[in-house]
Parts: sequence; C-alpha cells; structure tokens
Amino acid sequence: MTPELLQLICFYAFSFVTVAAALSVITLKNTVHAVLALVLTFFSSACLWMLLDAEFLALALIVVYVGAVMVLFLFVVMMLDIDQEKMREGFVKFLPVGLIVAAVMLVEMLGLIGVRAMHAQVMGADPAAAAGVSNTAWLGLALYTKFLLPFEIAALILTVGVVAAVALTLRQRTDARHESASQQVKVNPRDRVRLVKMEAVRPSESVSPSQNPSQEPQP
Amino acid sequence: MITLAHYIVLGAVLFCIAVAGLFINRKNVIVLLMSIELMLLAVNMNFVAFSRFLGDVSGQVFVFFILTVAAAEAAIGLAILVLLFRNRSTINIAEIDSMKG
Repeated sequence: MTPELLQLICFYAFSFVTVAAALSVITLKNTVHAVLALVLTFFSSACLWMLLDAEFLALALIVVYVGAVMVLFLFVVMMLDIDQEKMREGFVKFLPVGLIVAAVMLVEMLGLIGVRAMHAQVMGADPAAAAGVSNTAWLGLALYTKFLLPFEIAALILTVGVVAAVALTLRQRTDARHESASQQVKVNPRDRVRLVKMEAVRPSESVSPSQNPSQEPQP
Repeated sequence: MITLAHYIVLGAVLFCIAVAGLFINRKNVIVLLMSIELMLLAVNMNFVAFSRFLGDVSGQVFVFFILTVAAAEAAIGLAILVLLFRNRSTINIAEIDSMKG
C-alpha cells in the first residue's frame, strides 16, 4: 500500500466523519447533542488539516474551538432553560425549502469544481518543508513580518470581544444585599461609639415601691 | 492522490449543510450560531487547501485571523443571547420582534 493511497483512505474516512457530524449538528433534536456533534466536526476537520501539513492551524482549531468556543456554547446551552419541543416548530415546514436551496447550491458548486478539475490538480510538496522550516515557523515568519499590523489588530479585536462580553452580561442587582468594601474601610470608630463620662453614683434607695405604678393593686 | 478538488468539494458540502441548517432551524438561535460556525469552517477548509496547493502562506494566515474573529464573534453572540434570555425568557426568533423590523 503506497503512502498516497493511505492518505486518500484517511481523507475519505475523516471527511465522512466530518460530513456526518455536520449533518447531525443541524438535525439533532437535543441542542447539547448538536454542540457535541459540532465538536466532532471540528475535530475531524483538524485531522483533515493535519493531512495538508497545516499542523499549527489544526492544533489551534482544537485548542481554540473545541477547548474554548464550544465549551462556551455548551455552558450557554446548559444554562438557558430552553423548551426543546417549541424550538422544533417549523422544522418540517422549512425542511423542503432548506433542502432545495442547499441541493441547488451544492450542484452549482460541484459543477464549477468539476469543470475546473478536469486536469488533476495534485497537491505539491509541503511548501514549509521546501523552505526548510516547520509549518509553525513558516506561518510565524509571515505573521510577524508581513502581517504584523493585522496581527495586532486581531489582538485588539479579541480584547474588545472580552470587554464587550463582560460589559453586556454585567448587571447591578438592586434587590441584592452586598457589602461595600470602601465604606467599610472608611468607617471611623468615633462615628459608631460615643464614650460618655459620668459620675460613679449608686442608684438612690429612696424610691419606694408604692411609686411604681405597675405594682399597685388593681381597683 | 489527494487533489485540490477533494478539499474544495468537502468545503462546498459543509457550506451547503450549514445553509440548510440556517433554513430548517429558524427558531433556535443557538443552532443558527452553530451553522455560522460551520460556514466559517467550510471557508477555512478552502483557505488551507489553496494555501497548500499554491505554496502561499497567506491562506493559512487568513485562517488564523478568521479563527480569531470567529472566537470574538461567538463570545459576543453568546453574551447577547444570555442577555436576551434574561430579559425575554425566550430565544425563539419569532418572538423577538420588539424592533418591528
């Protein structure tokens, strides 16, 4: 078995898993299961990118998407109390339209690709290996020289995303009781306790029991 | 031998699945967001394949930026979704019509 044939078999296996998982993302009834199917889609796509020698992006897809974004999705899906049945309304109604549009698009795209793919466009050698560096170094060299400004703008976008996500979901509850640390620190003992100086006198014994109205016999 | 067409066909299939998902899950915002993620994945697939085929690093750099923007988009989108659910107690698109659009 030649390496090329092995690669082709791997490609078909991974792409079968990718397409099947993508189909279950849009058809599964339970949203949690759909999110897990999307995780599988991303994972097998990362395997496909690995076949293309794009190791850095494949691992970034797993770390960033499976590790961060999909866990965020999972959190939100589990946090919101969604009526699953109500969400399925219109599934059958829109099914024919969706299938027709998707099928027409697919046929058009496949037709275009088929016309161009008459002469087999075989993937060449790994350009990173041809340059004598690893894929990560190849990508990093371009990223930190030619694409430095877009790279920094991307960092800015991520910062804005973090700030926006926090600012959107932050809320000041008016009905909750909470401690104010600054007020606690600023408090002065003289505001709370008043020391009073007074004579040390024994209570006078001249008070007779008859002067106490509560002890008088009721008429 | 794996050709360029293999990967482009796979990208096209993924994109069409995502479009179908947008149509048939009209009620559930979360599934709509996931369909958009699928679309981005299809585009990324094409970028990586062409980058390898042409031996040009720009395609992979583009995928890097798309991943960045998509992560920020997902974070903000889900924050809006949480806010929406807190105020309206629903994420059904048909009931979110207060802007009369």
